[in-house]
Amino acid sequence: MKSAMMPQPYRVTARREETADTVTLDLAPLAAPLPPYAPGQFTMVYAFGVGEVPISISGGENGVITHTVRSVGAVTRAVCAARVGDTLGLRGPFGAGWGVPAPFGADLVLVAGGIGLAPLRPVLDHALRERDRYRHVLLLIGARTPGDLLYSSDHAAWARAGADVRVTVDRADRSWTGRVGLVTALFDELWLDPGRTTAYVCGPELMMRFTADALRARGIPEPAIRVSLERNMRCGVGWCGHCQLGPLLLCRDGPVVGYDHAAPLLTVKEL
Amino acid sequence: MAALLTSLDSLVAALRADRRQVIGPTVRDGAIVLAELDSARQLPYGWGVRVAPGGYRLRERADRAAFGHSAGPQSWKAYLHPPRTELWSTRRGESPAEPDEPPPRYAFLGVRPCDLRAIGVLDRVLGQGKYPSVRYAARRAATFIVAVNCTEPGEACFCVSAGGGPKAAAGYDLVLTELIGADTVRYVVEAGSEKGERLLSTLDTYPADAATAEASAAVDAAAGRMGRALPPGDLRALIAEKRDAAHWDDVASRCLSCANCTMVCPTCFCTTVEDTTDLTGEVAGRWQRWDSCFDPDFSYLHGGAVRTSTRSRYRQWLSHKVGTWHDQFGEAGCVGCGRCVAWCPVGIDLTAELAALASEETAS
Amino acid sequence: MMAPRDLLAEHPFLAGLEPRWLDNLAEHAHPVYRNRQHRLFAVGGSARHFWLIRSGLVVLDIHAPGRGDVVVESIGAGAVLGWSWLFSPYRWSFGAVVVEAIQAIEFEAAPVRRLMAVDPGLSAELTGRFMRVVVERLQATRVRLLDLYGFPTGAKP
Repeated sequence: MKSAMMPQPYRVTARREETADTVTLDLAPLAAPLPPYAPGQFTMVYAFGVGEVPISISGGENGVITHTVRSVGAVTRAVCAARVGDTLGLRGPFGAGWGVPAPFGADLVLVAGGIGLAPLRPVLDHALRERDRYRHVLLLIGARTPGDLLYSSDHAAWARAGADVRVTVDRADRSWTGRVGLVTALFDELWLDPGRTTAYVCGPELMMRFTADALRARGIPEPAIRVSLERNMRCGVGWCGHCQLGPLLLCRDGPVVGYDHAAPLLTVKEL
Repeated sequence: MAALLTSLDSLVAALRADRRQVIGPTVRDGAIVLAELDSARQLPYGWGVRVAPGGYRLRERADRAAFGHSAGPQSWKAYLHPPRTELWSTRRGESPAEPDEPPPRYAFLGVRPCDLRAIGVLDRVLGQGKYPSVRYAARRAATFIVAVNCTEPGEACFCVSAGGGPKAAAGYDLVLTELIGADTVRYVVEAGSEKGERLLSTLDTYPADAATAEASAAVDAAAGRMGRALPPGDLRALIAEKRDAAHWDDVASRCLSCANCTMVCPTCFCTTVEDTTDLTGEVAGRWQRWDSCFDPDFSYLHGGAVRTSTRSRYRQWLSHKVGTWHDQFGEAGCVGCGRCVAWCPVGIDLTAELAALASEETAS
Repeated sequence: MMAPRDLLAEHPFLAGLEPRWLDNLAEHAHPVYRNRQHRLFAVGGSARHFWLIRSGLVVLDIHAPGRGDVVVESIGAGAVLGWSWLFSPYRWSFGAVVVEAIQAIEFEAAPVRRLMAVDPGLSAELTGRFMRVVVERLQATRVRLLDLYGFPTGAKP
């Protein structure tokens, strides 16, 4: 039996610079591909000699895995610096995903903050592929500045494919003519049907808390609000103990959990 | 079927003849440590220990008991889940390879019932999850366990209140009960597996007869001599309710965040990884080593640690041990061996801390 | 075209308001349509109106020398625009300009203030509803002050 700790070699087949510090890589297997992933799962990405980081899967078909990576530390810097043709190691896919598909006829509300759009992208792709399955597909995106928006060249295509895409930024520049404000302010424009809505929320932890609280205040039941949590992950397979959040081992029980599980934990300081 | 041994010499010799590395207790550096034994003569005959919160001393016994002592500074996890292991190595551009080494053929001699439970706890964390550790499972499968029922609980022991007891439950190949006479020791031995049966059948033994009842009585009596006890009640619920208790600050004012408790704990399994490269930069390796939730970096999350205060780190450790371990693995992570009590440099006693938390609840 | 009173009743800001108060308010409200780039008010101007936005988008801005008109927040469908009319000296602290053509209900501030003065029940109700909006926007502003996305956000890459 192959150990879950052994990375598989993947070659970078495409590289797109999303923002000043964020890169999207398409990775194709050089040896055996990893098992198929579910939206919301992550892999452990190994940069040769530098180390390993957990990265959510942003897409990919036929064995290819797409990762959108923000350069925030030594390992992500090395991953972001990978060129087409370079090799990275992947393990996974690990963790509990978003839980798509949602029930037939549901309204999907995807709320993304910053880099949090990356793990939601497979949910969006699924919803647009099976657009008839759902009533409304709403994508609410919050970013720091217009220059920090991910996949901005795809937004129009998503709208054409049937998503209601709304974008807001914390700080506008002179070119920006869209919304300015917190992503939760977008809820004021919408009439959400609490009985039909499944919400998928991803972004910085505080952003997710404010967003989930705002959704709850609009009557959406906590289990229907899915959030993707984050703690230090070293092994991805439940052995190393680092990613504990109270009762949860996030690499195994998460990273996606219902807000009914998350809410009581996120307000405990230093849990 | 119980049998009687008047010495362990033949047992150790038989295990070694079976090409096993026998690991057992022996006296070294003023403590009873675990080490490889060449013969049963290296067992700590005639030595006991005196244990207190933050204290551990050898004492001479009036008899020749080999297992008349409670848990020492080490536990068996050092052999099943070593402090530092190479996970794999690779050349740039190649698939990584795991070290190609067969698991050691250990025979653990003198595994106390608390530690036997601890091995079971590790099995469920490392060996039986969705992604079992192949390395751990291989080591575990290759290990022969000679348990010893406990007739001598120490001052820091509380296995009974932790859901165990001085009698070894399942998981051993052989189990001994030491019968201590004025100047002799005898051992009632029973097999717990086919492997154990086979080994036992190669030894010259005597019929156990009345010794079996004597052994049972000695073990039963031990249950009543625990030095400590966890507070009664549902500790898992207590922990979940007491995340904001003031008492965590009280512990934090004493705790040095030194990580001793996690190192001596027989179930603490947390690890981190180290990435290495050679000087050419062409060969990289990955090592796993023990980590501790008391290390500030343990909870590091791009930019800073989540648990910066000692309060939160002690809370994490104790909460995991007796509370959230249930959520994660379906049982408690504490077996009541008392090591963390003895080896805490400032004598923090988890049984007392839990009692204080419980009483704070009553007060509020 | 819907009567002002019906438009009021269906706007989230006034949801569930007592019918008699809707009648009172409707007397001082009328529907408006404003095109892109129409300035609803400017910094320092007299606060004579407020609006319930039904569709479109308005941004609040302020002119900063060297930076031009800096947008601080946008106000979209379903929201209320303008609260400076509630408090003396009734002057706007920020400006407001339409960026996506709006349909809105425009209120005359002075008569609404007079209604509130003679009807403490209505006053409490409206003040409470504005208070809620103020609190939400204050909290959203505080969250934006945290510059959440400016920090590394991590394992989701």
